[in-house]
Amino acid sequence: MSPAITRLAKTAGFYLLVAVIILQAVFPFYYAILTSLESGQAIFEVNYLPTAVTFANYWGMIADGVFGKQILNSVFVATVVVCISLFLAVTAAFALSRIRFRGRGLLLLTILSVSMFPQIAVLSGLFEVIRILGLFNSLWSLVFSYMIFTLPFTVWVLTTFMRKMPIEIEEAAIMDGASSFTIIRRIFLPLMWPAMVTTGLLAFIHAWNEFLFALTFLSTDGQRTVPVAIALISGLSEFEVPWGNIMAASVIVTLPLIVLVLVFQRKIVSGLTAGAVKG
Amino acid sequence: MTTRTAISTLSRQRILSAWLFLAPMLVVLAAVALYPLARTIYFGFTDASIDFTSEAQWIGFRNYLEYLDYGDGEGEYFGLLADEGWWSAVWNTLRFTVTSVFFETVFGLVIALVLNTSFKGRALVRAAVLIPWAIPTIVSAKMWAWMMHDQFGILNDMLIRLHLISDPIAWTASPDTAMIAVMMVDIWKTTPFMALLILAGLQMVPADIYEAAKLDGVNPVRLFRKVTLPLIMPAVLVAVVFRALDALRVFDIVYVLTPNNDRTRTMSVFARENLFDFDKFAYGSAASTLLFLIVALLTISFIYATRMNVEADE
Repeated sequence: MSPAITRLAKTAGFYLLVAVIILQAVFPFYYAILTSLESGQAIFEVNYLPTAVTFANYWGMIADGVFGKQILNSVFVATVVVCISLFLAVTAAFALSRIRFRGRGLLLLTILSVSMFPQIAVLSGLFEVIRILGLFNSLWSLVFSYMIFTLPFTVWVLTTFMRKMPIEIEEAAIMDGASSFTIIRRIFLPLMWPAMVTTGLLAFIHAWNEFLFALTFLSTDGQRTVPVAIALISGLSEFEVPWGNIMAASVIVTLPLIVLVLVFQRKIVSGLTAGAVKG
Repeated sequence: MTTRTAISTLSRQRILSAWLFLAPMLVVLAAVALYPLARTIYFGFTDASIDFTSEAQWIGFRNYLEYLDYGDGEGEYFGLLADEGWWSAVWNTLRFTVTSVFFETVFGLVIALVLNTSFKGRALVRAAVLIPWAIPTIVSAKMWAWMMHDQFGILNDMLIRLHLISDPIAWTASPDTAMIAVMMVDIWKTTPFMALLILAGLQMVPADIYEAAKLDGVNPVRLFRKVTLPLIMPAVLVAVVFRALDALRVFDIVYVLTPNNDRTRTMSVFARENLFDFDKFAYGSAASTLLFLIVALLTISFIYATRMNVEADE
């Protein structure tokens, strides 16, 4: 075989691999959209390309009323979780990264190890706490319990971020006798926006997707968040599962996430690797 | 003298404010993680039931192992450690973790290597690869459940068209394929995470190494095995450990894709069923505690083995 042909074969093989990678990544969601746009008998025929497009499944989900409420529930929980954990994490990260004190390393290790906790390990204890606090079947039970994974993560990433900033930026402020709180507010916050957007976004996605706590701490349809709502959509029998509606609901809750992730691609990738690799 | 006192007062003030800043976060973490964990462990040693957690009585290790003597030298062991259901859940979890993480690492490595070469359309591939990661786990489970539907599923249709199978497979229902189905969804969903972490490692390999190797005419496979792989090994290992710890607590995919299936029931699913479905709150707490112990031991040995340096700046 001549070198030119070998090179051509190599290039072809490479692009074949690229095609396979793209196809496997995109196809399942493409097929979900396809199914969501079919209705009646068309759903039960395997199609690879769109045939008769109808939005009946989407109208069905929206007209239902409860699904809209469930989306709002998810938006509320994820937003409040992000705001509270960012607020708690910024001040904590300042202390952990800019001030030397005894036990700092141990504290960081403890916080990191909390993020390794299997959620199931705290489930029965949390269930008791939430019942005692009177939060059972309230969205606040999720706001409270989601702190277990958003807080360690945001503290960890913001601490590594703050640590990289030069000491000079706060020296002048300390000399002027500014309080630590003023230093955070006036000096660090303006510089921290990129890191906070990234961690906030990742925490939002995590809270939006959470399933186990939402399944356990909420008991009525109107209170549920979308992952549990989608998991519990069912027909009267195994043969009447409304696949069209399930796919429509899936597309509705996933599309905004995909858009967010693609828009903030670079930030998310750097946030993910900072959360996992650095240390 | 005066300046030194002034400085030490200042630093004492800073330390005080450090603890003030940490306090709210620590209180929340204690309330949401440490206290519930302690209660879970405690419940595992009691006869607590879901509605009467405060009246729980201490019963020692009976949830874990208990020998009931029937007299005449006959008796039976009860408790988690003698429960076949629990051991099957342990086995399922381990099988799931080892297999999924293995394939995720291999596929993640391939995708990372592709993304690390420059070619037309790389941005497109990077964006496409992120999509499975962005899709909520429950949604991926449902999407795949539909694609793997025994009668109307597109997966069976594809395989039949390609003449790989002759009859449709009931992927999620059949005991032989249920675990494969769960693994497939998990591998599809988390390979992007693996690829991104490995890619971060690859990008730290200095480019001149490749240029030097190219000039010397080193075979690319050899270059990968002898140079690239050893250099990215630390990044790969960290990614593997993170994924493995995550896979050991798998719940969502199994619960949604193959409910009530002995072949796929993992430790987390086993624990939750006992806690909330079977009215065996204490027994479920004991199972949760065992899972916690396993994950904790692995985490500690990982931190110890890598001598992870937390105070990276010093």
